[in-house]
Amino acid sequence: MTVATVSTQNSEPVFHVIDEHAHPEGASTMLGFWIYLMSDCLIFAILFATFGVLGGNYAAGPAPKDLFDLNLVALNTTMLLLSSITYGFAMLTMEKSKIGATQAWLAITGLFGLAFLGIELTEFAHMIHEGATPQRSAFLSSFFTLVGTHGLHVTFGLVWLTTLMVQVARFGLIEANRRRLMCLSMFWHFLDVVWIGVFTFVYLMGMLR
Amino acid sequence: MTSDSHALPSNAGDHGHHAHDAAAHGTLSSYLIGFGLSVVLTAVPFWLVMTGAIADKQVTALIVLLLAAVQIVVHMIYFLHMNTRSENGWTMMALIFTVIMVVIALTGSLWVMHHLNTNMMPMHDMSQMP
Repeated sequence: MTVATVSTQNSEPVFHVIDEHAHPEGASTMLGFWIYLMSDCLIFAILFATFGVLGGNYAAGPAPKDLFDLNLVALNTTMLLLSSITYGFAMLTMEKSKIGATQAWLAITGLFGLAFLGIELTEFAHMIHEGATPQRSAFLSSFFTLVGTHGLHVTFGLVWLTTLMVQVARFGLIEANRRRLMCLSMFWHFLDVVWIGVFTFVYLMGMLR
Repeated sequence: MTSDSHALPSNAGDHGHHAHDAAAHGTLSSYLIGFGLSVVLTAVPFWLVMTGAIADKQVTALIVLLLAAVQIVVHMIYFLHMNTRSENGWTMMALIFTVIMVVIALTGSLWVMHHLNTNMMPMHDMSQMP
């Protein structure tokens, strides 16, 4: 009898959502952060598209060949690539729960990041000194927007890195700190991926124009 | 979707491992392989452009673009640990969606603006203007 009533009830549409079971803290953080990175990817895609459209409009101003020093760009790329691998080492030592080694690798990563920013700012200063300011031409406006946005991301990555080093120093490699370090790892490697696009499309293709 | 139907029954049991799935860290050797590959994939295009080893600029540009695409995939696999399994495939789904959006935005902008340029100014080249 009861079976019959249940089956008739089941055939009726049910208008309620079954309660979700509990999620452990941070279970969805990595996916959420990945989706943030994808949205960031769209920002860079639009900036790349803008540069692609405006990159040839020099307004009789300086062209890439007059401005770019590929030796400097190669050095810069090396810095970022090295910081990527040292962050990888930081993650490996984190998995072995070695606080000292993790902190050391994070510090080295930060130094490479600082070197990258320093070289980039030197390049910008040199360009602006020569009169190649963002106002000069559409090419330079889109150049400074694209490369500057990447540099700004690296800057915030460095702020985040410093914050996490303080966190790890104070609280150790607790679960929350490991999760944060993994998020920063994705952020940092993602910035390296964007840089591949920058040195290819902006610098190398610029010299070939 | 096969991944969905597979995910539902095992969902409750999966949850404890969720954080771990996403982590899917590399090993020392995988990081070093990725680093070695990206050093080569960075050095070759720089060498090509700086020395002008290939006279034809179009060919050089094509090779440079191709190497960049390969390097991006290398970074995705060895540094960002992309695979089809983490988060039940949702990271890969988000990535595929993003790649489609990026391709539409990039090719669309370049295509439309290129045609606008060629159709609007048939007489002179803007870069030659004072």
